[in-house]
Amino acid sequence: MAVTSNWCRCTSCHAGYGWKDKSFDFAVEKIDCLVCHDTTGTYKKFPTDCGYPPLKDKVFAGKKLFKAVNLAYVAQHVGYSTRESCGKCHFFSGGGDGVKRGDIDSTLIAPPKKIDAHMDAKGLNFTCATCHTTTAHEIDGRHYDTPAPGKRELALPRYEGHLVKCEACHGTRPHRPEKKLFDWRLVKLNDHTDRVACQTCHIPLYARGLPTNTYWDWSTAGRFKDGKPIVKMGPLGRPEYHTKKGTLKWGKNLVPVYRWYNGTYSYLLPGEKVEAGKDPIVLIKPNGSPEDPDSRIFPFKPHFGKQPYDPVNKLMIVPKLFGPKGSGAFWAEFDWKKAAAAGMKAAGLPFSGKVEFVETVYYHALSHMVAPREDALKCAACHVRQGGRLASISGVYLPGRDRHVELDKIGQTLCLIALLFVSIHGVARIIIALKRK
Amino acid sequence: MKQKLYLYTRFERLWHWTQAFLIIFLLLTGFEIHGSLEIFGYEKAYLWHVYAGMALVILTAFAIFWHLTTGAWRHYWPVKEKIPQICYYYLVGIFRGEPHPFEKRPDQKLNPLQRLAYLFLKLVLFPLQFVTAFLLLSYQWWPALGISASFRKVAYYHTAGAFAFLFFLIIHVYLATTGKPWYSHLRGMILGWEEVELR
Repeated sequence: MAVTSNWCRCTSCHAGYGWKDKSFDFAVEKIDCLVCHDTTGTYKKFPTDCGYPPLKDKVFAGKKLFKAVNLAYVAQHVGYSTRESCGKCHFFSGGGDGVKRGDIDSTLIAPPKKIDAHMDAKGLNFTCATCHTTTAHEIDGRHYDTPAPGKRELALPRYEGHLVKCEACHGTRPHRPEKKLFDWRLVKLNDHTDRVACQTCHIPLYARGLPTNTYWDWSTAGRFKDGKPIVKMGPLGRPEYHTKKGTLKWGKNLVPVYRWYNGTYSYLLPGEKVEAGKDPIVLIKPNGSPEDPDSRIFPFKPHFGKQPYDPVNKLMIVPKLFGPKGSGAFWAEFDWKKAAAAGMKAAGLPFSGKVEFVETVYYHALSHMVAPREDALKCAACHVRQGGRLASISGVYLPGRDRHVELDKIGQTLCLIALLFVSIHGVARIIIALKRK
Repeated sequence: MKQKLYLYTRFERLWHWTQAFLIIFLLLTGFEIHGSLEIFGYEKAYLWHVYAGMALVILTAFAIFWHLTTGAWRHYWPVKEKIPQICYYYLVGIFRGEPHPFEKRPDQKLNPLQRLAYLFLKLVLFPLQFVTAFLLLSYQWWPALGISASFRKVAYYHTAGAFAFLFFLIIHVYLATTGKPWYSHLRGMILGWEEVELR
């Protein structure tokens, strides 16, 4: 699912003023200052107005009232960004609280230490910008052009630049004894940092705040009951079925999957041919390998889905979801073929007229909701023969998991033979000694 | 006629039993790190394995000093006499009640087979385990130390050494029961004095 052809809905976050079609001019004056710098909490964009806030009172989806924004009042109260201002978009990515990310949701507005050791409202109380430092409004993040792993340097103290990497503050040997002069346990933990990202142990589970979406099957979308759309709620308070969205699965306190990761992704781009096989099509794949010294083992949320696909042109379909009746939009007409035709046309891509649904997955790196130290993973979470967290990670020798199978067999056999031999020898000696008596 | 001989000095006994404890403990913790056992939990097994290994290095340093200064290293000098007879004794003679072909004396406490086995332990197995252990602990500093090795292969050698120690331990503990009476070697190693048959 892409922004293309759905601009006015998606661009209430993705980003700026008036991105309503593909001719959008990404000029500086189109940047929405207030969405980040409002401190009043009254500046809210209308969900379907192409990134504009409501200037008159407006009702969204027949339910939610969006009050007209008093621009003068907001402009007189600008200030630093807050967790609320960042969270207005980022906590709600994917169309709802915690839907897409799994490591970011509205609990981060004032989280307890259990959820986030850094943003702990009663403790360190970091804002987003404490780590996501900016230089001339360029915000550090992981994706696109500022990979977070990569160079590992201590930025503290007094470095007023990029603090987004854990190592920028914690260094590359981050565990230090507090009372003892020397602690071998910490020495060994520090040894891990060359291959294991901090996040791997310190984000033991994701979706610890609110449930996150794990599977999104678009193929079932468009069902009605007695002519009315269906919304069936599941046990986690999130919809299991939604006429506009399809079948949804949700999870809380989930175990991440782990991949080698150098801080960059490979994206399947619109128009890129892809073969549908028995494995899900990977839409966003973390780059990295054990041979690359800048790659580390990193936790991910895999987000699975079932999405429209053109089996003739072998393209993922960019469907038009949002729009008025007659535009082909799926959420108005509930016809995938029309939605595909309209969306692919807007994207400038060919469409054969055939729509199939294929399993997809993309990987979302987990970097937020760092747990307090006592909740970090213990050794045996990975150092275990079978079923460990890193069972699928290759390219490193992991004691406890790995061994030379033949060597072990030879060693065990020789020791067993020795044991058998001395047992027989001993029993024979006992029998002979008893006979002599 | 039997005679009581003072074979093992106080340091030797302390060294032997400390070493015995450490090696058994290292085997248990080591095979837990290896994934073969589950006793202490991985973290404790790892930490105690490292600490016990360091203790064994220190003990070995004292033992080397002691052997060099007292001249006791000569007990491990290999000799080839009577090796076939000793093998024959353990395979056949022992069951027929024949006497051991080797006569223990304070100036030669170890029979030729023991000399070979212990010398192999001291020259091959201990160095192998110490060197591989040092490498496994220091892999972060390999580039700085100019070492290029494969962590995986070093781990394999360390595991092979551990199996060799286990193999030795099984045979060694059993042979300790072959005295007359069966506990006489054991008692000698604990008290220092052993009753030996005079011929």
